[in-house]
Amino acid sequence: MRRFIPFMIALGLVALLPLVSPSDFYINLASQAAIAALMALGLNILVGYAGLTSLGHAAFPGIAAYLVAWLSTRGGLGPGPAAVLAVAGTFLVAGLFGLLALRATGLGFVMITMALCQIVWGGAYRWTSLTGGDNGLSGVPRPFGDMLTPTTFLWLCLIVLAVAIIQIGRFAESPLGVALRGTRDQPRRMSALGYDVWRIRFVAWLVAASWGAVAGLLYAWYHQFVSPHMLAVTASAEVLLMVVAGGAGTLAGPLLGAALVVLLKNLASIWIDRWVMLLGATFVFIVLIMPDGLAPGLMHLRERFRKRMASPTIAPPLAGQERIDG
Amino acid sequence: MAEQALEVANLSKIFGGLPAVNGISLSIAPGERHLLLGPNGAGKTTFFNLLCGDLKPTQGSVRLFGEEIIGLPPQKRAAKGLGRTYQILTLFPQETIRRNVMIALNGLRPGKWGFWSALDNNEDLAAEADALLERVGMSDIAGRVVSQTSYGDRRRLEIALALALSPRVLLLDEPLAGLSREERVTVQRLLDTLPRETTILLIEHDMDVALAFAERVTLLHHGTLVATGSRAEIAADPRTREIYLGA
Repeated sequence: MRRFIPFMIALGLVALLPLVSPSDFYINLASQAAIAALMALGLNILVGYAGLTSLGHAAFPGIAAYLVAWLSTRGGLGPGPAAVLAVAGTFLVAGLFGLLALRATGLGFVMITMALCQIVWGGAYRWTSLTGGDNGLSGVPRPFGDMLTPTTFLWLCLIVLAVAIIQIGRFAESPLGVALRGTRDQPRRMSALGYDVWRIRFVAWLVAASWGAVAGLLYAWYHQFVSPHMLAVTASAEVLLMVVAGGAGTLAGPLLGAALVVLLKNLASIWIDRWVMLLGATFVFIVLIMPDGLAPGLMHLRERFRKRMASPTIAPPLAGQERIDG
Repeated sequence: MAEQALEVANLSKIFGGLPAVNGISLSIAPGERHLLLGPNGAGKTTFFNLLCGDLKPTQGSVRLFGEEIIGLPPQKRAAKGLGRTYQILTLFPQETIRRNVMIALNGLRPGKWGFWSALDNNEDLAAEADALLERVGMSDIAGRVVSQTSYGDRRRLEIALALALSPRVLLLDEPLAGLSREERVTVQRLLDTLPRETTILLIEHDMDVALAFAERVTLLHHGTLVATGSRAEIAADPRTREIYLGA
């Protein structure tokens, strides 16, 4: 459990944000980042560990958010039962989608996941009587009544995020997690060793979808409103960007990526109208200098810094010098 | 007749009209060391892929100790005792050698579905992995990441992964490919230590090693079985010279 300590310290520091924040704005921003991080952590199971790039991950938070919104506004259920049913419903849909999507890998998988999410988006957009169409569903009631202030909502998000970090972190090092990476690197060998590659991927898919569903609940409660925008291709692409920019296949990567995207999106848009351009430029910059993402890139930097500290007189040899010496 | 370890009957694989494997029938007795010979493109690796389930045959049957395995997915065949290695190294390059073996050992055990305790904390499994690595002479580098090992070490690990399942029938696809003379000797020694409970079907182009190892030999050409028999018979067969040695 020692490797989770830095994560818990980081979450603890974010939890103290309300003490220093001049307004609710920054507290809410942190909540948004935590929800985004939850989505990214889930998607990272597929993209990073399973090697399955999904461009439809928004389907899971989207379906869960719509379900909890509909059940608790029009369905007459309390937020608690609605949440349970929403996660269960998303899980079932994910099972069905998994049967379809996991027939393919690589580019085929990208296209199928995108198409499945587009179907859900189309339903949300067009089935107006059920979903409210472009207007969405508003007035989603929150759980815990008046107890949820911006501060306590942030804490709720952080607690859920902490559970996700521990669950996914332990999963990654477990026999199943190691096997999942095995199916990414050597699927043929894995089946020759007795592993059921399809079933391992299916389980990973369901875990990813489940954390997506939980993120969807928090999303619906945070905004108290759901609309088709959260199911759009751009929403899925944004989560994928968080994972890739932060560092796919690492635990810290999706968290860093989510924080970066949410902060850029909300802070940069205050100062610059064309903030999307800034977002794009940031990603180009990351890809250029840290092609594996922020988390591995920063680790690499730290390593180099340490080496330089350890032997201050000897500068790290440059490739060019090596060639001359050799 | 005693039950054969592997009984292949009329096995064919046709890739769009081109028969890569064409009606091969072959029996291999338990404990036998059997060599598959044939020039490049003879269909040897395709034959292996049909046996282990990576490819679906166009027709034919394969019995493993009397039990039909055609139609079973590769992981079910592995569970029934069929192991294989690959001509092109098929390892987990970012994991340590020990972890590679642990993954392999776990393949047929229910513990592979564990999602909470770390794989590395399974001390019994790690000890078992170390014992296997000792057997193949790699215990001194067990902690090394595969991508930082020599090609010869990787070749031995390739075999170790297949051995982890204690297969009843082992398919070795060019275990000596790309090795130096010294490295060949270490792999050859490893092959010689394999127990007789394991039946071995071998593809290998190094004739010195292969013929010393195998008692029986089958010659393939253009996907068809040309001749099968004892080492001496096939070595003496003029067709061997003609097809394989191209002389």
